[in-house]
Amino acid sequence: MAHDQTVPETHWLERAELGRLVDALAARDYRVLGPVARDGAVAYEAIERVSDLAIGWRDVQSAGRYRLEQTGDQRVFGVVHGPGGLKPHVFAPRERLLEIEMDAAERPGRPFRAQAAEPAGERIAILGARACDLAGLAVQDRIFLGDRFPDPWYAARRRGLFLVAVGCTRSVDTCFCASMETGPEPRQSYDVALTELEDHGGGFVVRSGSGAGAELVEALALPPAPRDSLANERGAYQACSAAMTRSLPRERVRDLLYANLQHPRWDEVAARCLSCGNCTMVCPTCFCHSVRDEPSLDGLASLRMREWSSCFDFEHAQVHGLNFRPHIRDRYRQWLVHKLATWVDQFDSSGCVGCGRCITWCPVGIDLTEEVAAIAATDGAKS
Amino acid sequence: MSAATALLPEPAEIVEKRSFAPDIHAYRLRLVDPAARPRFDFVPGQFNMVYVPGVGEVAISISSDPDDEDLEHTIRIVGRTTRVIAQLGPGDVLGLRGPYGSGWPLHAARFKDIVVVTGGLGCAPVTGAIDYMFRRRESYGHLTILHGVKKPADLVHRTRFEVWRREPDTTVLLTADQPDRAWRDRSGVVTELFDQIQLDPARTVAFLCGPEVMLHYATSTLHRRGLADDRIFLSLERNMHCAVGICGHCQLGPDFVCKDGPILPYRRVRRFFGVRGL
Repeated sequence: MAHDQTVPETHWLERAELGRLVDALAARDYRVLGPVARDGAVAYEAIERVSDLAIGWRDVQSAGRYRLEQTGDQRVFGVVHGPGGLKPHVFAPRERLLEIEMDAAERPGRPFRAQAAEPAGERIAILGARACDLAGLAVQDRIFLGDRFPDPWYAARRRGLFLVAVGCTRSVDTCFCASMETGPEPRQSYDVALTELEDHGGGFVVRSGSGAGAELVEALALPPAPRDSLANERGAYQACSAAMTRSLPRERVRDLLYANLQHPRWDEVAARCLSCGNCTMVCPTCFCHSVRDEPSLDGLASLRMREWSSCFDFEHAQVHGLNFRPHIRDRYRQWLVHKLATWVDQFDSSGCVGCGRCITWCPVGIDLTEEVAAIAATDGAKS
Repeated sequence: MSAATALLPEPAEIVEKRSFAPDIHAYRLRLVDPAARPRFDFVPGQFNMVYVPGVGEVAISISSDPDDEDLEHTIRIVGRTTRVIAQLGPGDVLGLRGPYGSGWPLHAARFKDIVVVTGGLGCAPVTGAIDYMFRRRESYGHLTILHGVKKPADLVHRTRFEVWRREPDTTVLLTADQPDRAWRDRSGVVTELFDQIQLDPARTVAFLCGPEVMLHYATSTLHRRGLADDRIFLSLERNMHCAVGICGHCQLGPDFVCKDGPILPYRRVRRFFGVRGL
């Protein structure tokens, strides 16, 4: 069969048929996760059937506020995102790195044997991955796999992932992926991408983005996507982009922040920031972690554990009584300058994908786009 | 090499322990598996992660000569893990992984005059480099060592400085910020020693190690003496957990001090260094 190589093949999946996709993933030995409404937010959790998903819900997000509302409609992916995203499924919040056996417990210094913990390589399919999170995943791939020592624990989890993306036809108030050029349409790292539309009784435009995705789509034997649906899809993405009210000056922000390391705005934002680290926990790209020993009670074994940490932790930059970032001002500046400026030098991409979670989940509603705008408005001011 | 291998500590036995002060000890370490030694080939200024099973891991620079079979670490008690290490002695086993980071530019600095500026107790990252140059004395020009301490009691390596002081073509100047009556050397901060030395900026490379305030003033002073930013090398210290540039703790601007440092040319860090709280 001849394909036009420049136009990815598109298919149509009726909404009522979504269960076939879930079943096909389960049949391929994947544990299927999808956005499930729980405790007032959505999270990617294991589902058995489509009805487990957050159908007929939508999220209302603004600075410091997140609510789920029932819409009464049949939309399966009406919720843009929850706090969790893809990151915890690849860069685990807690990961066992090494297992150590010691010869004697009574005192340190005895012979020991260390071995790497077997990476968890579970096959997981995530339904409903958003464009911003796929961009975040690509950033984390560079961090954990792109340097001299590729991380085997991240790599194993990453290999086991099958990603079913869903493009966003609706944004929340805190979204700004359009200005970061990461969404709202999925651009990368997915196996299958869906766009949920209301025409023809409701259904999905389906594309594949990998060999595994193509195999799955082919096995579903779907009809081609109707022409008018493809046109509606374009319109929906354009409208979604146009509706976003927040933005960052993506091209300019690095140099702007480098030129304003002593700007008075850092003091101003520090007076509001609680240094709680919520922004780093919900960020799809933040990678800071701590590594520490967890010895067994009998003293004969120890686990070397990796655990998420945050540059907002007081002890993050502390060495033996000397703290390089003792003030909240220092730590907020480290976070923002890293995310938007030094990240570019380190990984050749921004550390921000425009998901807006740090704005929503900040208990005091600090908005990085507003902070950057304030600095830009008084570029060059010194505290 | 994957990170799993990179993170695995290699058992090493303490074969000798020397004490410089009640809280500063040097440990000569021999890898239990001698076949692992080539992986530990290093340049002075690089560091290993020193591990105590069940306790923790600390980043410590290597103070021995690269040609020695054994590896030496000089460790001061500053926290939980180093306190446990201080209890250990010959026959005890530690874990080592490394070496990590950048070393002093000892090759690029050959046949140049060298100015070493150190301050405080933590000059271990540079003593290995000084010993290295004395062992290969014909490859280096005039050697100037400027060392400042707060109190005379902080001069824990006095005998080393006395040995170096007697070497030909070498200037060693010591100063104490708060001297006592017995102190025979100079008084004041280390940057004041620059007034005492000849320095040809065209043929000089500077190695700096010590508290950041000292590094800051020493760099400014060297600037005034005409030394270029890419001839001033700083040994930086930061919190380190992974040593492979992914834990995020050790960042200074765009640099991960563990993998881009700990030895960095001033030119590379000048935009960020000296901004308080970075």
